[in-house]
Amino acid sequence: MEEFLQQLTNGLAVGGIYALIALGYTMVYGVLKLINFAHGDLFTYGAYLGLTLLTSLALTDRLGFILGVLVLVLMVAGLVAILGAILERAAYRPLRESPRLSAVVSALGASIFLQNTLMLIYGARFQVYPDDILPTATLNIFGLYLPLMRVLIVLASVVMMIALYLFIQKSRIGTAIRAAAIDQGAARLMGIDVNRVILLVFLLGPALGGVAGLMVGLYYGQVNFTMGWVYGMKAFTAAILGGIGNIPGAMVGGLLLGVIEALGAAYLSIAWKDALAFCVLILILIIRPTGLLGERVADKI
Amino acid sequence: MKRFQPFAMALFAALLVVAPLFLNTYQIDVLNSIGLYALLALSLNLILGEAGLFNMGHAAFYAIGAYASAILNTRYQIPVLWTLPLSGLAAGLFALAVARPVVHLRGDYLLIVTIGVGEIVRIALVNDVFGLTGGANGIFGISRPKLFGLVIRQPQEFYYLIWGFVALTIFLFLRLKRSRFGRALNYLREDEVAAEGSGINTDYYKLAAFSLGAAWAGMAGTLFAAKMTIVSPESFSFWESVLLFMIVILGGAGSIVGILLAAFLVIGLPELFREFAGARMLVFGLVMMVMMVVRPQGLLPASGR
Repeated sequence: MEEFLQQLTNGLAVGGIYALIALGYTMVYGVLKLINFAHGDLFTYGAYLGLTLLTSLALTDRLGFILGVLVLVLMVAGLVAILGAILERAAYRPLRESPRLSAVVSALGASIFLQNTLMLIYGARFQVYPDDILPTATLNIFGLYLPLMRVLIVLASVVMMIALYLFIQKSRIGTAIRAAAIDQGAARLMGIDVNRVILLVFLLGPALGGVAGLMVGLYYGQVNFTMGWVYGMKAFTAAILGGIGNIPGAMVGGLLLGVIEALGAAYLSIAWKDALAFCVLILILIIRPTGLLGERVADKI
Repeated sequence: MKRFQPFAMALFAALLVVAPLFLNTYQIDVLNSIGLYALLALSLNLILGEAGLFNMGHAAFYAIGAYASAILNTRYQIPVLWTLPLSGLAAGLFALAVARPVVHLRGDYLLIVTIGVGEIVRIALVNDVFGLTGGANGIFGISRPKLFGLVIRQPQEFYYLIWGFVALTIFLFLRLKRSRFGRALNYLREDEVAAEGSGINTDYYKLAAFSLGAAWAGMAGTLFAAKMTIVSPESFSFWESVLLFMIVILGGAGSIVGILLAAFLVIGLPELFREFAGARMLVFGLVMMVMMVVRPQGLLPASGR
């Protein structure tokens, strides 16, 4: 039981990270019907930027752990959001009217480009987050000892997801995003600036993805320039699992995939852990391509 | 321009035939790997270029061919070139089995699924599936290929084996392209609904393209296994699939000449600029983005009919 609960909470932490990345995929797909292959690499940028800012500014020394990490999260989110907007301008906007293949290839090109820029700047080796600034404390919750970091990650990702959900559902801008996702032409006729909606989506998604990268750095303590595509593929699986284009779906799919993976690694085989996510992806596309909560893609597949 | 193309091709072929007389071993080795990639890209072209199916797991089929040869050769002492049809068959059947349930998926979904298949195959190889693949170290000690009693050992000898196979492939694929089968694939690529409306069994042709392309990649795998005498999972990573995808798109989907040119550029150029080898993928990524804006049809696009 103890072992099971440990794996479950670990799965929830990883799943929260997947969900945050998946939100970026699903929002972009909702509005543009494009799989943003470079999204995983924006996530990696979050991890690397977090590392650089953490070590060079010594935020946690100056502001204390909680405030320091909070400022760090905001800085990483802002910087990666700007990167996302640049990506949209450079790689996707010129291809808005082109066939799908062109946009897909451009997205792949952007992914390769971003990944290799990181490699040239930081080198190909694993980069290690400093371990002395992170809390190693464990919490005792009803007799279950959980690392503080894990609890914080689950909490932070859930808070961000709820905030995003409320923003999309309740605010005027959120309504505009939903309208543009349903029918761009009609949204334009209603006076919605669709280009600004797309820009906004490319700010929000990468911001969340960047924070997820930072979380991976803080949780696992090391980052690599190629990790973006593994996390990206898994987060994409999560988005498909929940139903792509569907924001609550991405959250549910992310958490579910994280738990499936953690339990699969614990009880089935650790060596096949990465293959498990891909099997889930293939199975869901064969059995229920609209995902668990999705309804919109039916015409796309 | 169009009128000179046959002459240009003939001149190019003649140059390739005499090239080993003037080149050193290293240069011939580079040409050998260009030949292998050209072969793989031509096989991917059948799926991606002719039929328009986004396949980014082509390395999986290549791997299955290479491993089939390696296993048959090291365990059952079958001469490595004899395994050529068997590895083609293995890769083709595997492609048929995995493509069957997913072939109806559109565009980028198929792309994602094929990436997934490629990764599952690689992970399976690393995990020593069925105790056959030798885990992360792979399989070594594959015997040298023999052709008409001649043991092929030197790069020059492999050069003629590989490029001979490339020439045969080009000949066959050109005929295939001009056949009823090839026309059906092109129709499928241009407009699936219209193709189906005019009586083309779309699923059949898609699967046929997938299996044939995969079988060819499997045979390229045999040549790879014979050349290296060792196969290991790291030769069949996701990046191999990306590289092949890039060669086809860069050269011009459906254009055999374009793909040959792209194979020379993508595999050959980095060898010329070795000091920038680290920036190779960076440049490729940039080229992919710029190409899609400036010249999405590729360097030498296939002529419309």
